[in-house]
Amino acid sequence: MNQARSNILRRLRAGRKASFALPRSDFAPVRDRDWSAAEKLDLFQQKIESVHGEVHRVPAQQWVPELLRLLAEKQLSNLLVSPERKPGQELREQWHGDLPELLAYDQPIENWKSELFNQVDASLTTCRGAIAETGSLILWPDTQEPRLMTLVPPVHFVLLEADQIYATFHEALSTQGWVNQGLPTNALLISGPSKTADIEQTLAYGVHGPAELVVLVLE
Amino acid sequence: MSQHQEAVQEFHPRVHAALQDSQIRNNFRKAMDGLMGKRQQAFADWDLEGLRDLGAAVRLRALSRLPELLEELEANLTRQGVRVHWAENGDQACEIIRDICQARDAKKVIKGKSMVSEEMELNAYLEEAGIEALESDLGEYLVQLAEETPSHIIMPAIHKNTDEISALMHEKTGTQPSRDVAYLTASARQQLREKFMQADVGVSGVNFAVAETGTLCLVENEGNGRLTTTTPSCHIAVTGIEKVVEKLEDVTPLLALLTRSATGQHVTTYVNMISGPRKEEEKDGPEEVHLVLVDSGRSSIYQDEELLDTLRCIRCGACMNHCPVYTRVGGHAYGTTYPGPIGKILMPHLLGLDKTRDLPSASTLCGACGEVCPVKIPIPKLLQRLRKEAVDGDSLRPSVVSGHGVKRRFLEVLAWKGWAKMHAHAGFYRLGTRMMTSLRGLMPSKLGGWTRYRTPPRIASKSFQQMMREHAQKSNAGGRS
Repeated sequence: MNQARSNILRRLRAGRKASFALPRSDFAPVRDRDWSAAEKLDLFQQKIESVHGEVHRVPAQQWVPELLRLLAEKQLSNLLVSPERKPGQELREQWHGDLPELLAYDQPIENWKSELFNQVDASLTTCRGAIAETGSLILWPDTQEPRLMTLVPPVHFVLLEADQIYATFHEALSTQGWVNQGLPTNALLISGPSKTADIEQTLAYGVHGPAELVVLVLE
Repeated sequence: MSQHQEAVQEFHPRVHAALQDSQIRNNFRKAMDGLMGKRQQAFADWDLEGLRDLGAAVRLRALSRLPELLEELEANLTRQGVRVHWAENGDQACEIIRDICQARDAKKVIKGKSMVSEEMELNAYLEEAGIEALESDLGEYLVQLAEETPSHIIMPAIHKNTDEISALMHEKTGTQPSRDVAYLTASARQQLREKFMQADVGVSGVNFAVAETGTLCLVENEGNGRLTTTTPSCHIAVTGIEKVVEKLEDVTPLLALLTRSATGQHVTTYVNMISGPRKEEEKDGPEEVHLVLVDSGRSSIYQDEELLDTLRCIRCGACMNHCPVYTRVGGHAYGTTYPGPIGKILMPHLLGLDKTRDLPSASTLCGACGEVCPVKIPIPKLLQRLRKEAVDGDSLRPSVVSGHGVKRRFLEVLAWKGWAKMHAHAGFYRLGTRMMTSLRGLMPSKLGGWTRYRTPPRIASKSFQQMMREHAQKSNAGGRS
């Protein structure tokens, strides 16, 4: 197969025309936005709601009661949340017996695949901020909040700090220094619940991933 | 030659069949009208020209350094633990994927949407090797159940309406007949969940491969792409060599253009960026990640500075949605993996003009495809170029496309030579027009393809020159009297 590699590269090098006229890459159309923090939050909410995402603005200290209210309203019987992260710890402190069960993703997927796929009702994760223009959440899954945690349970709750909303994807990746820092195994933008329009362009939610995406914005 | 490729040559009968099929015409018309409107809305607040210029600039910059960027991509991915493979054609790529599966004793492959894998006819190849390959994108799943091929590169099952899909799912999977799309979708989710859990290998495509960070970007709405690339213990991504971009920031305009051009969405539900296999402490993700880089004719397109623009394509499908031909005949009439305008300029390179002879001329050259292309590929210009290639008609440069000259006919060449001669010499011109006017009664009433849809042209009884001469004589005569 090394033969294929050298053949392809040789053909590309031999065929390249010297006269490549390169226009300048002017990133202004995807970069320059002049929005206040309040405008960014409003736009984020409008955009993610337009694709069936759910947004609740809560004072930073009040998110636990709000989450409990939502869990009860949606009749969820358990919640997957990292016990190592701060929200998971806060949640455990305010927990009492008759609430949904708290689960932890504390072992490799191979050990509990069927359980995760069939028995977990909801998950709660943090995020690395959001993008106003497209209503997207930025997630870098890691050992504490693994990749499938935000994909397999039917309902996904996300905590977003209001001051972590960037205007554009371009601003997010340059401000957070993605290139210099090096990307994780998997980086994600999530914008709403899983959906499809493959049957006669009729929208249906929750086709493979969560049917509900609920964002708690901490103000 | 596969069945698929032979089928390309029967273009005209398929077009006629499609035009007579009111179901097909309704399904496409409804879908395409909707998509055109959504795209327009999605760009309403944008400096669309500025964005398209940027998209084109990013793609051109990537192509100008294509071999270096591929090496950079390979080096970064390799450092991050991804194994990179190179394939000169579809069969080699299929072989690589089969070998990876066999080395892992894998029997079940789950697939995310990948047009390159359609191009390679990977599913059939794997089935022959005793490996089950199951599509997991809902549209692709339906198309696979129906034993068909996608009719659109973004919406594979767009040729079917809800009733047809209900009947298909009822017959093949035992669901209740229903017009409830939520029910049909939920049933497919249930059927595929089991398959995800059992799959040994996930195969996906790639939307953009970022050289500077060694990152594979996948864009999707359903989450099947994420499941495919996360759940099985091995992920194989397969992509054409042209999908590489130089920098991570280059993804931002392409993403903004891709989703809005394709379906009028401001973003897809998931943008999935993969830079390596599962690390030691991580609890999920594949332990092995492979990238298969497929050439399949792309490096020969690269040899020609005009045709090279074909490689800018980001596979959004906007050219199909806006094409007056595609919206009437649908994707299957083309008989090629990529239908519509992009198919007409890409497939001749992948299969040869001799096998796609009718594609470049299946266009009115109305220009809509070029106007909506997010990376400004001059599709109408390339169609004209391929028409010239098909008759070896460009005296300025030698023909380069495989199968060129397939439509060159001795009589036609002779006719055009005569035409040229006649127009270059006044004497021949007079002789020619005199013959045409005086022998006009001999013209047959049927003139092949022309008179199938049009009335035959009527040649005047006098040529223009003759009329001018008579006019001059008359006024001279008048002046003297």
